Amino acid sequence: MVEWQPVILSIKVASISVMFVFFLGVLSAYVMRSTDIPGKAALESFFTLPLVLPPVVIGFLLLILVGKQGPVGILLKEYFDIQIIFTQSAAVLAGTVVSFPLMYQSTKAAFEGIDKTLEDAARTLGASEWRVFWTVTMPLSWPGLVSGLVLSFARTLGEFGATIMIAGNIPGKTQTIPLAIYFATESNDLVTAGMYVIIISVITFSIIFGLNHWKGKNITLH
Amino acid sequence: MLTVDIKKNLSDFTLNISFAAPNKTIVLFGPSGCGKTTILRCIAGLLKPDEGSITSNGTVFYSSQTATHLPPRVRNVSYMFQDFALFPHMNVKHNIWYGVKTLNHQANQLYEKLITLLKIEHLPHRTISQLSGGEKQRVAMARALMAEPQILLLDEPLSALDAQSRYELQDELKRLQEIWNIPFILVTHSPEEAQAIGSEVLFLHRGQQVSEPPPSWNMNGNGKTTRSSFQYFY
Repeated sequence: MVEWQPVILSIKVASISVMFVFFLGVLSAYVMRSTDIPGKAALESFFTLPLVLPPVVIGFLLLILVGKQGPVGILLKEYFDIQIIFTQSAAVLAGTVVSFPLMYQSTKAAFEGIDKTLEDAARTLGASEWRVFWTVTMPLSWPGLVSGLVLSFARTLGEFGATIMIAGNIPGKTQTIPLAIYFATESNDLVTAGMYVIIISVITFSIIFGLNHWKGKNITLH
Repeated sequence: MLTVDIKKNLSDFTLNISFAAPNKTIVLFGPSGCGKTTILRCIAGLLKPDEGSITSNGTVFYSSQTATHLPPRVRNVSYMFQDFALFPHMNVKHNIWYGVKTLNHQANQLYEKLITLLKIEHLPHRTISQLSGGEKQRVAMARALMAEPQILLLDEPLSALDAQSRYELQDELKRLQEIWNIPFILVTHSPEEAQAIGSEVLFLHRGQQVSEPPPSWNMNGNGKTTRSSFQYFY
C-alpha cells in the first residue's frame, strides 16, 4: 500500500539539501576560482570525492563524524543538545554531501565560462568585488547554476546508501522513496515498490525534462 | 596629467616604459604582442607592474617603493576593451548607467548629453545582441564616459568596425577628447588610426619605447608605403 509520507519527505529533504548545496557549491567554486591557495588541487579532488565514492562509504564516514560517539556528534550534543543521527536532518546531511560535487562542478564550469573581461569592465567602472559578483558573475552563470541545482535535487531524491547509514529507515520519520522501495521489495510487496518506482521516475523525468525545455528556450533567446 | 614609469617581466621580454600623458590623446603604437595592452591593464589596476610608479593628478595608483597598488574601482580610470565588453544580460541603458556612482540630476544631464553626442538616443532599450559593431562601440564609449573618469583607456577601439564606421568614429573620438579634456590613452597597431586620432604617438617594440617607427608605420591598408611622416606628431 503506497503511503504518501515517503514521497513528501523525499521532496522535503531534497528541497532543503538543495538550499545548502547551492550556498556551499557557489561559495566553494567562487573561492577556488578567485584565490590561489596552496593544496588547491588536493582540495579540488576532495570536493569531487562524494561523486566517486560509493554512497555507503560516505554514509559510513558521516556516521563516524556525526554519530553519537563521533567528534561532531559529541560537540552538537554537548553545546546545542542536538542529535542528528536517525533524524530527517541526517537525511538532509546525506543528501547535501552526495549532491555537493554536482553543484560544485556545474558552478565551476559556469564561472569558467564567463568572459573575464566583463568582470574587469565592471571593476574599472567602479564596482566592488561584491557588486561584480552579484551583477555580472551570478547573472551570467545562471543557466549553469540552475543545471547544478536540478541535478543536485534529482540526486538527493534518489539517495539511498548514505541516507540509510545515518538516517536509518524509520517509517513516517526518515523513510524516503528509495528506502521505501527497498523495504517494500524486501517484504515481497512488489506492487507498492513498483508504485514508488513509478512515482520517483515521474518526478525525476519531469525535473530533467523541465530543465532541458528551459535550457532550450534560453538558448534560442540569446 | 598621468605619469607612467613601470617595469614588468612578461614571458618573452621585459616591459619597460616611461611616459607622461597630458590631457590629449596619446597613442601607443606597435605590433601585436609588444606589451601595449599590458600597459593599459597596469594603468587600470587590472595588472600589477613589478616595479616603478603610476600617478595621476597627484594620486599614486601604483608605487613599488611605498607598496601601493590601488584597486581598479577607486582609480576612476575607464577602460574601453577591444571587444567592448558590454554586459550581455543588461540593455543599453543599464550598461551605460553601470558606472554611475550617484544618481542625481547631473548624472541625468550627462546621460542625455552622451546619448545625443554619440547619436544613440534610439538605442536605450535594445539588448546588446541587437546592436551593430558601430553601435556597440558608441555604447561602450558612453558607458566609459558616464563613469566620469579622469583617464580613458582605449584598446584598439576601432579594429572591430567596418571602414565607414571607423572614419566616423575616429572624428568622434577626437571631438570627445576635446570636450572631456582628459588623457585618452589609445592602443592600436593601425597607422591610419594612430595618425588620425593621436596628438602624440609612442612607438613600442618588445616592451620598450623606440624612437623610430616600425616599417608598418608608413604602410597604408594595402601594404603600400605612404608619404605621411611620424615627425608631425612630435
